[in-house]
Amino acid sequence: MSKILIVADHADGKLNGGVAKVMSAAQAIGGDVDIVVFSDNGKAVAEQAAKINGVAKALTVDNAANANLMGAVLAPQVVELVKGGYTHVLFCGNALGKDTAPRVAALLGVPQVSDIMAVHGANSFDRPIYAGNAITTVEVPEGTVIATVRLASFDAVAEDGSAAIEAASVSAALPSHTRYKGLQAQKSDRPDLQGASKVVSGGRALGSSDNFKVIFDFADKIGAGVGASRAAVDSGYVPNDMQVGQTGKIIAPELYVACGISGAIQHLAGIKDAKTIVAINKDADAPIFEVADIGLVGDLFTILPELQSKV
Amino acid sequence: MKALVSVKRAVDYNVRIQVKPDGSGVVTDGVKHSMNPFDEIAMEEAVRLKEKGVITEIIAVTIGGQKNEETLRTALAFGATRAIHVKEDGEIQPLTAARALAAVFKKESVDVLLCGKQAIDDDANQTGQMTAALLDVAQATFASKIEIADGKATVTREVDAGLETLDIDLPAVVTTDLRLNEPRYLKLPDIMKAKRVQIEAVTFADLGVEAAPAIKVTKTAPPPSRSKGVMVKTVDELVAMLKQKGLV
Ligand SMILES: Cc1cc2nc3c(=O)[nH]c(=O)nc-3n(C[C@H](O)[C@H](O)[C@H](O)COP(=O)(O)OP(=O)(O)OC[C@H]3O[C@@H](n4cnc5c(N)ncnc54)[C@H](O)[C@@H]3O)c2cc1C
Repeated sequence: MSKILIVADHADGKLNGGVAKVMSAAQAIGGDVDIVVFSDNGKAVAEQAAKINGVAKALTVDNAANANLMGAVLAPQVVELVKGGYTHVLFCGNALGKDTAPRVAALLGVPQVSDIMAVHGANSFDRPIYAGNAITTVEVPEGTVIATVRLASFDAVAEDGSAAIEAASVSAALPSHTRYKGLQAQKSDRPDLQGASKVVSGGRALGSSDNFKVIFDFADKIGAGVGASRAAVDSGYVPNDMQVGQTGKIIAPELYVACGISGAIQHLAGIKDAKTIVAINKDADAPIFEVADIGLVGDLFTILPELQSKV
Repeated sequence: MKALVSVKRAVDYNVRIQVKPDGSGVVTDGVKHSMNPFDEIAMEEAVRLKEKGVITEIIAVTIGGQKNEETLRTALAFGATRAIHVKEDGEIQPLTAARALAAVFKKESVDVLLCGKQAIDDDANQTGQMTAALLDVAQATFASKIEIADGKATVTREVDAGLETLDIDLPAVVTTDLRLNEPRYLKLPDIMKAKRVQIEAVTFADLGVEAAPAIKVTKTAPPPSRSKGVMVKTVDELVAMLKQKGLV
């Protein structure tokens, strides 16, 4: 039987919503599932983890070195825990998971599966390649399975459980070659891009950071998060944490409104799981219309204000 | 200071990917290939650091069959000092690539490995981190700014919440993100000059590298297609449809 460990992502005392999605993938694999919280003081986060349905135990590993999560520091600790008999270690397919999982896999001498999007069994998964333009079914060899889970592909499990919380003792030599200096975070009252049920995105067409106001205003009217294409990020209209796509965030909102975005494959890779895609573009031949559920040809600077006044 | 830059040959990012009808993979024969865009960024950064006098030698390395020599020539045209071709036919998965890169890293005693954060063919995003783990050195992934001085690097990383800064000791591995720089256009004289440079060839056996246990791909399929959408003519029609779907 599988024994699965989920490494929790968290910040500011809050468990990342992706962990409950990783639990869906873990349950599809089947077996006992523990969640581990690495922190300098992980009790509050572990309490949230203990509520995730299907958790056998929420483990805490408290250490001052875990005050800010970094792959190089986490990896040797995860490896120590794996020695306790875990068959699978799962991470959120986000920045922390991508930073840490390969480091764990290499220390264990096993390969890693990136971005699991479906589970066929304990050792067989689907994952995307070429910006999601092909989906492969892979079989992982014998040995511990290390994987990141594509959060857009799984629904979160309910959070009304009450598992036991336990402090795990991990004796691993931690490196001193990596020091955390700080985070420049963008503060926003808008829904988080990855958790939002609606997202409005702007592309190069916006032309300036001031013009992005039409996107923000409409998003606020319908309670949506705000995203952007790489072109908009590169041009400095908005910060990079808003980038949606192959190399940005992969999202799965109920509604995605793409404004002045051409629909390059790298952008589409980030929105394939959106339930309804609306495209507003002045070029009737823009590739975004090939994937849009509803398309409207026209100038976004006239369409968006009108739309905002009518919803 | 010595930098190693790993460069992978991948299907060009503009190519429309075709899955083979028998599900055995993606069509790559007769399809345009280029240097992985993220590796171009790593190459560009190394050259800029060399132009600033921070780095004195850039060794470009690739792992793969004969055709990968093209990619090394591109790296030389960028400004790599030397090029090493780890010649191996067949598919090379990240852990095996990492073992080879770690071996070259040690053999050449480099100070920093710069590589793209992911290759746009397998989208794995693993090789840099795995190499750092095998070498037991620091890593800074998804870099959008790199400063190197006094045996240390200060790296700004693109993470989900914003921009994180790490201070790492060298030697180290840094993986590059899109916004780090914009790779230069290569000049014809540099391309011509790169053609004449001697490329060093080595094998896994020379490096003492064992192939890692591999993940087996049993099937490749196109992504599920979305059902055909509708075009509306007016904002009113759009609003009506959104209301009907309960989305606004
Ligand atoms: C390795 C790699 C990774 C990448 N990763 C990503 C990624 O993760 N995410 C991403 O988004 N991109 C990514 N890209 C970039 C991608 O290829 C495209 O360049 C980018 O998505 C284009 O952004 P855009 O659609 O905003 O700009 P453009 O392609 O310039 O399109 C602008 C669109 O706006 C329309 N328009 C202009 N004015 C108006 C107006 N007034 N009203 C309405 N419409 C208007 C135009 O018709 C056009 O369709 C990546 C590229 C590479 C090489």
